[in-house]
Amino acid sequence: MRWLLVKDLQILRRSPLLVGLLVVYPIAIALMIGFALSSPPGKPTVAFYNEVPKGRGTISLGSQKLDVAGYASDLFRSVQPIKTHSRAEAIAAVRDGRALAAVIIPADLPQQVQSLITQGVGSPTVQLYLNNKDPIERQYVDQAISARINQVEQAVSKQVLRVAINDLQQVLNGGSVQILGQTVRLLGLRNARTIVQGTLASLPRDSPLRPALSQVISFADLAIQGLGFAKPVLGTIGTPLTVNETQLAGRTTPTDAYAAAIAVIVSLMFVAMLLAAGMLALERSEHAYPRLIRGLVTPGGLLSEKVSLAGGCATLVTLVMAAFVSLFVHLDWARFELWVLALAFASVAFGALGVAIGAVAREVSAASLMAFLVSLPIAFVALVPASAVSGALKTVLDVIAFLFPFKAALQAVSNALSGTSPGIGLPLLHLAVLTAVFGGLAVLAMRRFASR
Amino acid sequence: MSTAAGNHATPLAVHGLTKRFGARTALQSVTFQLAPGELVGIVGPNGAGKTTLLSILAGVLAPDEGELSLSGRDVGWWAGWVPQSPALYSKLSVAENLRLFARLEKVADPEAAVQGMLRQIDLADRADEEVGRLSGGNQQRVNIAIGLLSEPSLLLLDEPSASLDPRQRERLWEFISGLGTTVVFSTHDVGEVERYATRVLLLADGELLFTGTPAELEQAVGGDPRDLEAALVSFLHQRGH
Repeated sequence: MRWLLVKDLQILRRSPLLVGLLVVYPIAIALMIGFALSSPPGKPTVAFYNEVPKGRGTISLGSQKLDVAGYASDLFRSVQPIKTHSRAEAIAAVRDGRALAAVIIPADLPQQVQSLITQGVGSPTVQLYLNNKDPIERQYVDQAISARINQVEQAVSKQVLRVAINDLQQVLNGGSVQILGQTVRLLGLRNARTIVQGTLASLPRDSPLRPALSQVISFADLAIQGLGFAKPVLGTIGTPLTVNETQLAGRTTPTDAYAAAIAVIVSLMFVAMLLAAGMLALERSEHAYPRLIRGLVTPGGLLSEKVSLAGGCATLVTLVMAAFVSLFVHLDWARFELWVLALAFASVAFGALGVAIGAVAREVSAASLMAFLVSLPIAFVALVPASAVSGALKTVLDVIAFLFPFKAALQAVSNALSGTSPGIGLPLLHLAVLTAVFGGLAVLAMRRFASR
Repeated sequence: MSTAAGNHATPLAVHGLTKRFGARTALQSVTFQLAPGELVGIVGPNGAGKTTLLSILAGVLAPDEGELSLSGRDVGWWAGWVPQSPALYSKLSVAENLRLFARLEKVADPEAAVQGMLRQIDLADRADEEVGRLSGGNQQRVNIAIGLLSEPSLLLLDEPSASLDPRQRERLWEFISGLGTTVVFSTHDVGEVERYATRVLLLADGELLFTGTPAELEQAVGGDPRDLEAALVSFLHQRGH
């Protein structure tokens, strides 16, 4: 087996394109994942036009003024704005691709907000134009702007409530407000009650005004008590929902480490399967297989050599890849020996699957194509989120995922990389069983197809 | 497959070899013996069983029935086998191919065997050249050299000249004839059999119809002794093939 390994390494050394692809491909995947995980998404370019004339963007809320247009400008914080001078120019920027979206603040926005607040009637609307060319980018922009609009709505709502609470306090306790440039003093309900109470005390017992003033005092008591509750109640409405977050027992794999593990396993799968399938098929396409198995090497020995070659190369390449990814994502280097163990088991399992495919194919190109075609659905099935499919289909997908190495390899490697429970023992056992099964299938396939 | 008792005067003894592929019988109770140094040509129409017989002799296929021995030992391991298509690694050099198989065959001194074989096939000056860049004729020389690495007393060749031009074919047969080893080869070229074979095995539909010298085959049909091909066709016709 040693000489066959040496021979295969010599052949690989003289196939720079193949080796280059096997090395460059995982590194490219690692780079993409690394940059994707380490860089926040960029701000989308959005054309912006404010139709509200200067100085007319404020609304009056009792004694205070609110700059609605100013709040709308907060949208700038989520986007890369292109300022335009007309609605048409903003829309044109979207049409010609300079902007992914256009936000128009209509001229009547302050009036609509004022009407809604004071009379309960009005539909303040910010207009958004999206580019339909790229649905993914459109969704991204839509989400970014919608989230920002929600924040603006909440900010306006809070400001309105703050004004309303302030005014109610003045009705209750008295104070002063600015009306048409003049300061007007408000008496306040509590002060009015005190005055009426004093007046009532100074009246004769049989005064006909007493019952009426007593009713005024009773009303004032009730109103004071009711308005006293208004502040905390209105404050609660300003922040209508509080999320009480609870962490359940048990740690989970950090998202970044999990994404890194997926990248590593995808690369490992391609390297191990393509190499094992291709190098075994090479023995047949070079017509060397019959010469080898007539006593020089057993079919089992030949398969073991291919699995060892593919497993070794895939382990080595993905170890380098994991080290590279760790520049971008925190991976637990203290568990390096578990990385090696998990990657080695996974590589060997995929190598066994590769030789099972290579045993069926007569030519390297056919074996490589088959390995590639088989690998994609294996990865897809294992990565479908449990919540994305219904019960029966989920069971079917779980069974299929269980029969191939991707899921077990992903569990083992993600747990090894991030140091999370439940450890890697079970996934490694699963991978070992799959290796034996695919190795057995490969031997059967060799017996069935190799003499053709 | 059992091992029959053999002796040095009878290097290859085959008795009752039968091979079936499903319902089809590829070989039907084939029996013959070879003497040392014989050059035996297996001829017959397509599907006659020539490659099946050679594959069984080489140990690549197992017979369903029958026995064979080479000087009393199992044939497969001890015979040199040269398949029809060169069984070589095209990315390896001539010397690397020879070295690999010398090591796999556990030759006592692999490097000496490689150098000796390079001289024998007259490719010592191209030892470091990748096999994939050699001509078909030179590839076939390397292919045969690998079959000879273990110095077998029996060399099995499956249509060795099939892909060669006349000049390459001539050089190949000069090489094979000069080996001095017992050689069994299959071919469709009756002229090669007429010129180089000391004995003919005629197979048709898995049956061994004739074994003898080319001249004996011509005499058997009473034809022109200068035209073996006509004699072979006539023989097959007489036997209903």
